[in-house]
Amino acid sequence: MNQQEKVVEIKDLRKSFGDLKVLQGVDLDLFNEEILVVLGKSGSGKSVLIKIMVGLLTQDSGSMKVFGQEIAQLKKKPLNAMRLRIGFSFQSSALYDSMTVRENMEFPLVRNEKNLSRKEIDRRIEELLDSVGLPQTINQLPSELSGGQKKRIGVARTLILNPDIMLYDEPTAGLDPITCVDINNLILDVREQYKTSSIVITHDLTCAKQTGDRMAVLLDGQFKSVGTFNEVFPNAEDERVKSFYDYNFINS
Amino acid sequence: MAEEPDDRKPLLSKKIDKFFTGLADAWNFVKRFFQEVLFPPYEFKEVIHQCYRIGVESLPLISLTGFIVGVVFTNQSRPSLSEFGAASWLPSLISIAVVRAMGPLVTALIAAGKVGSSIGAEIGSMKVTEQIDAMEVSATNPFKFLVVTRVLATTFMIPLLVMYTDFVALMGSFLSVNKNEMVSMTTFFVQVFESITFLDITSSLFKSVLFGFTIGIVGCYKGYNSSKGTEGVGRAANAAVVMAMFLIFIEELLVLQIVNAIRGS
Repeated sequence: MNQQEKVVEIKDLRKSFGDLKVLQGVDLDLFNEEILVVLGKSGSGKSVLIKIMVGLLTQDSGSMKVFGQEIAQLKKKPLNAMRLRIGFSFQSSALYDSMTVRENMEFPLVRNEKNLSRKEIDRRIEELLDSVGLPQTINQLPSELSGGQKKRIGVARTLILNPDIMLYDEPTAGLDPITCVDINNLILDVREQYKTSSIVITHDLTCAKQTGDRMAVLLDGQFKSVGTFNEVFPNAEDERVKSFYDYNFINS
Repeated sequence: MAEEPDDRKPLLSKKIDKFFTGLADAWNFVKRFFQEVLFPPYEFKEVIHQCYRIGVESLPLISLTGFIVGVVFTNQSRPSLSEFGAASWLPSLISIAVVRAMGPLVTALIAAGKVGSSIGAEIGSMKVTEQIDAMEVSATNPFKFLVVTRVLATTFMIPLLVMYTDFVALMGSFLSVNKNEMVSMTTFFVQVFESITFLDITSSLFKSVLFGFTIGIVGCYKGYNSSKGTEGVGRAANAAVVMAMFLIFIEELLVLQIVNAIRGS
């Protein structure tokens, strides 16, 4: 797959919750091995967009194609096969809190790759924990980990299935600035090492600037500006996009 | 799957609609359980883990409660029976009461409080913290892993706990009878087994299976459908207990009617 090839194609995507129109005609493409940052205020529908991508939500109308396949039309089995190609790193990390880190990592692996030996499972878990820099946490429970560690383990658990696309939902939310930099570096390392295409959902412009190849700003249910950081910011014409930049880089 | 808000417009009034849609949702949940339980993959390891949690970890509480029920019921019944010179009927009376009603009811109510609330809270908090969504996106069926395993575990373990409670309650009763009426263990248990019938035991087991299924499915349903936020988790745990207890009493009444009809025929 070359880098100009589209892995995700979104056309005129619409989603409402009752009277609340969240997505109102979203158009967007994600290219192979690209990191696309989706920016927007809280409640603007950023997470809804990626939840539609993994079939956790269904759009009202429009098209969401991943690797050429319309997600909403996939039946249970092909949808699950597609989900294995898409890694989803949750805002809350979503680690299973009754399981140790090892069991968390093992959980998706043993259910989706049935013929693996114990040795191979352990090797993959240890390798991934090494790559996120947390081999010492293998026997710890999620309640014993810090916020940044949870995020890293969450990413590692997602990577264990070797996804082609990574979706990061607010990866730096609630973390201190130093840990944010670590997480941003992790996102770049994951792309480098695993050749993934990624969508990063955030309202943290520092994270966006450090990780993103392209930015897409979601306002009023549509993408108002799409381009590189310097194309979208700092000289944005749209007042709201501009204020977004000003608030992050000037006011703070 | 992530929670989608209910966009349906009310047909009658909001409350009546909510009641009926709630019933339909619960029915679909039960139906889904029976669909999922039959087909692989089977989560045997998790079923055994849940059986241990539900069964073994409930033993201390069940033992204490069963023993107290046996002693208290015997001591409370003695004066009334003694008045008619019928204190020797104590073993028969206690065994019928314990096996037919008190054993299953006491066990089920305690399990509803201990197990039902913990299932509701656990699954509810997993929902709120997106752990159920995480299972779903990793191509694992969360219903099968969380709901089917827990419902099977309660359905298997409650009948075993009921038999254990019956035994402990009868032992409590025996100690009281032995102390006051000087009755030997052999005499006591001969009287116990002469009083209870095959129908008593089978109906008690049938009820226990029903109670176990109810505790599991209600706890899972309430947890799985808890609304977002920590308040929702608390509500799910509370509703799991209240609803399970309510249904247990209704089931007790229905099974009693059926058993009486069989006994009468």
